[in-house]
Amino acid sequence: MSGVTSTVLFDEPGPRARRRIRVATVLGVLAVIALAVLAVRQFAANGQLDQARWQPYGTWPMWRYLLTGLWSTALAAVVSAALSMALGLVLALGRLSPRRWVRGPAASYVEVVRTVPALLLVYVVLFALPRYGLDLPLFWKLVVPLTLSNAAAFAEIFRAGVLSVERGQTEAGLAIGLTRWRTMRLIVLPQAARRVLPSIVSQSVGLLKDTSLGYVVSYGELLYSGRVLANYNGLLIQTYIVVALVYLAVNLSLSKLARTLEARQRRSSAGLASPGRSSARA
Amino acid sequence: MSVLLDHLPELWQGLIVTIQLTAASFLGAAVLGVLVTALRVSPVRVLRAIGTAYVETFQNLPLLVLLVLAFFGLPTIGLKAEPLVTAVAVISVYEAAYIGEALRSGVNSVSKGQGEAARAIGLTFTQSLRHVILPQALRTVVQPLGNIAIALTMNTALAGAVSIVDLTAAAQRVNLVEAQPIPIFVGAGVAYALIAACVGFVTGRLERWLVILR
Repeated sequence: MSGVTSTVLFDEPGPRARRRIRVATVLGVLAVIALAVLAVRQFAANGQLDQARWQPYGTWPMWRYLLTGLWSTALAAVVSAALSMALGLVLALGRLSPRRWVRGPAASYVEVVRTVPALLLVYVVLFALPRYGLDLPLFWKLVVPLTLSNAAAFAEIFRAGVLSVERGQTEAGLAIGLTRWRTMRLIVLPQAARRVLPSIVSQSVGLLKDTSLGYVVSYGELLYSGRVLANYNGLLIQTYIVVALVYLAVNLSLSKLARTLEARQRRSSAGLASPGRSSARA
Repeated sequence: MSVLLDHLPELWQGLIVTIQLTAASFLGAAVLGVLVTALRVSPVRVLRAIGTAYVETFQNLPLLVLLVLAFFGLPTIGLKAEPLVTAVAVISVYEAAYIGEALRSGVNSVSKGQGEAARAIGLTFTQSLRHVILPQALRTVVQPLGNIAIALTMNTALAGAVSIVDLTAAAQRVNLVEAQPIPIFVGAGVAYALIAACVGFVTGRLERWLVILR
């Protein structure tokens, strides 16, 4: 992705600029190496580099345990994504409805949930609902608050998608005698769905990150598994680094997918979109 | 309602901590974010790669994992600071990735002709960035930055999961004593909504104040 700056704002570098770029390159590389050396020294000085402290993460039982955690993470993320997309679609259509008594509640749901921390919702499900006789299983104690909070985000994505479809499409649908609902379902939504696909994938990355709240709920997802493991074997920093790397690997591939989808879309609509304007990722 | 009044001191203290966390982290994230953006638009390929790696790493890691790593992992290699300082540092580093991304897309949203025109009348890279690109870019990112500030406020609640007594943690503690979850959690939610409303109000004013009439 080359923006304005990397192509327009400076000339093809001359000999002096090339020398400066070389100097900056060397300095940049040196800074990275210095950071790495500092980190390794800090690890070594506190005896955290011993082979015995890292070796467990080369064994299968450890990985089997962590992968079980990852599986639970994936399960929670997929279920919660499906539910919150469905709820989000309903909310988006509600917000776009011509009837005020539908539009109002949908809009206020989205606005209110956006300004309440997910952790607070988790606490409500964890502590408030049982008092009123609703004691959910552990899995749903994580999935319900995640669904409630992400539904608002998905609703905004869908709404933006529907609004991005040209008005002429709706007008044409109505003109050939379709009802409002059928115009939405047959003409507008299919086009909107294609446009919002990249944003949906990147929001799903956010949702997958939110599943780490299982740490608070003590649902056995990846981070909670890491916590249990670290308390058991006392390898704190090693365990959490491994856990972080697993999250990074999964999320990076999802983000890559989002970018591939976006690039493909931009290619397919290349004739229409103005070049040089790259869309912001949500 | 009386539960809230009885425990006003604790909840107030929690609110103060939340506001401190939010303000300090946003400041830190803004400084780091500008730095990351500068790296990402620089003509040096290695610096661009460092900036991109930073954004990719911190956008794809859950904040809670970073907080847990910093609170329980780093002390074992001898890095330990005040809990509040650690939390601010972690949240700043995390949110800087988002601010960097928002600023960069702001720079990219300035149309290409503006940059070409600036170059054509002989401005240098720094001059055209300072006088032509950035003034326009900063205006388009006010809204995204406001959204990031709101998300950051919500994210500070996660510090409550690692031993910091912010508003969420304070509410939870009061609830453990009083066992009246509805008024307590609704009260905390309203406080968060008020903070978000303030941020929204400020960005709205800022946007209107900065608007260019054409």
